[in-house]
Amino acid sequence: MNKLDELFCRKKKNILNIYCTAGYPAINSLQTILPALQQQGADIIEVGIPYSDPIADGPVIQQSNMQALQNGMTIPLLLQQLNSLKNSIHIPIILMGYLNPVLQYGIEKFCKDAKKAGVSGIILPDLPMYEYEQWYQPYFAKNNLHPIFLISPQTSMQRIKYADKLSSGFVYAVSSSSTTGSNKIDTGQQQYFKKLKSLKLKNPLLIGFGIKDKVTFQNACKYTAGAIIGSAFIKAIENSKNIQSTTAQFIKSVKQ
Amino acid sequence: MNKKNTLSNPDTNGYYGQFGGAYIPEMLYPNVEELRKNYLKIISSPRFKKESDTLLRDYAGRPTPLYFAQNLSKQFGTNIYLKREDLCHTGAHKINNTIGQILVAIHLKKNRIIAETGAGQHGVATATVCALKGLECIVYMGEKDIERQAPNVARMKMLGATVVPATSGSKTLKDATNEAIRDWINNPTDTHYIIGSVVGPHPYPDMVARFQSVISSEIKNQLHKQAGIKWPTHVIACVGGGSNAAGTFYHFINEKKVKLIAVEAAGCGINTGKSAATTQLGTQGILHGSKSLVMQTKDGQVIEPHSISAGLDYPGIGPLHANLFSSKRASFLSATDNEALAAAFHLAKKEGIIPALESAHALAALSKVKFKKNDHVVVCLSGRGDKDMDTYMKYL
Repeated sequence: MNKLDELFCRKKKNILNIYCTAGYPAINSLQTILPALQQQGADIIEVGIPYSDPIADGPVIQQSNMQALQNGMTIPLLLQQLNSLKNSIHIPIILMGYLNPVLQYGIEKFCKDAKKAGVSGIILPDLPMYEYEQWYQPYFAKNNLHPIFLISPQTSMQRIKYADKLSSGFVYAVSSSSTTGSNKIDTGQQQYFKKLKSLKLKNPLLIGFGIKDKVTFQNACKYTAGAIIGSAFIKAIENSKNIQSTTAQFIKSVKQ
Repeated sequence: MNKKNTLSNPDTNGYYGQFGGAYIPEMLYPNVEELRKNYLKIISSPRFKKESDTLLRDYAGRPTPLYFAQNLSKQFGTNIYLKREDLCHTGAHKINNTIGQILVAIHLKKNRIIAETGAGQHGVATATVCALKGLECIVYMGEKDIERQAPNVARMKMLGATVVPATSGSKTLKDATNEAIRDWINNPTDTHYIIGSVVGPHPYPDMVARFQSVISSEIKNQLHKQAGIKWPTHVIACVGGGSNAAGTFYHFINEKKVKLIAVEAAGCGINTGKSAATTQLGTQGILHGSKSLVMQTKDGQVIEPHSISAGLDYPGIGPLHANLFSSKRASFLSATDNEALAAAFHLAKKEGIIPALESAHALAALSKVKFKKNDHVVVCLSGRGDKDMDTYMKYL
């Protein structure tokens, strides 16, 4: 069984998904961050594959991508790091990245190797749903990898249903019309969250973008199964002298 | 749009052969979809045509002359014509596209315009039409380009635009484009993004190509009127993203006897690591929302290109051109920084025209192709050289 399915079977509320960029702040940081997140009770870890042109990301994650690339992070190295951690990390790991590096690696090989490295789901925000359905679905299915698609406040009902149909594990609900790490609260955001709550989807929803602390996390959890924190965590570990204790502090401050 | 003719226009999914598509995050989908659904309807409406024709004629100064270059013709032993896009208002072909797109934006009831710019020509052309139509204008420009293109920054500001420095990544055109895309994600309802080249997600490559196609449509008429000739034997244009080349080729693409010649910027030389010749150095990849040829590492990270001409300093190429390249319908040549400089000085001395550095790459191809006496060769002189005087002054 896919670890994401196990998780959502067991836990319906307050699911905390933390994003970190592979190779940031140091090339081997995943080896510290992943166990620390698990120990502190994060439910899912979303590992970012660094890319030179991350168009859906705000300044904080952009900077972490640049730094990770300068540190020498690549998909083969990332998978190798995950492989070495897979016996000690039991919570689901999902990979988030832009399509181009994955295409260059080869999407079929990527799915196969991701599964081997213990990955449960994949988010590729610039992979159009139509293209996925036409070409890539079998590779995901064969490797029991959950494809996770995004919806935004502007997404039509028809497309929300399409995203739900194609996704498994969960659907990623972007909280506002923004790139990652923004403080923007759209007028009508509560309205949008209420709408999310009322949707009868087959998948649970996790809210991401702009979730940064206890208040925003709890607010999102009122309406959906949980939420995703990215930029705020990246910012927290940016200048950390001790990533393990910074991670512990950060998770505690969100969960308390 | 049709399924058959995939050389000049994309299929219903936005593909020219295997290139194109719309690889965008979901947050952009409603905007791009709104445009996709409406662009053909809007640009074929009588109201649009009337207003666009009037602006192109009375405001932009079209048709631009097709000038028979006597001295160059004598030198190369053939008939050489220059399509004088350099005589357009704002100094380059870029205004053909911004006039079209501002009218589309108004039709879609957008009141805020964003654009990216490299050398500043597209930024100026966008700021110009925004001033004309009274719309807010924000232009993203790489921090490095802002430093090296000060006069164009001043022009945009004088025209009322806000110029926002792109400080991410390599701080040039690629990053300015990223920032414009991010702005659009953050402003999904009131904003139209005027992309300056035949790049980006479908329908941009097709829409921009259609707006620039006025270039080849005029060439065809003018050759007929001035020289009694139905088809040129060669049309030559420089290619960065490829908007002037798309316009110059457009009405000749399906006429196989017309040779299409695209000239890329080789920078310091194809194999020096300082080049922008995407068809020579690129592989299939995704950049700024479409699948095309991209200069990238084996890991799929986009490489920063180099060209002396800021307008050709782009690590990708429009999907239309990628398809013309891979189907061998067009030949792709390249000119180095030095060859382009030489061609610019040569044109200035021989014909009394100072070309933009971009256009100088197209001129440099004249000495790379063997022409016959009876050939009729059209070179697109996409822009004028005023903006490049700082560079030219170093070589005087």
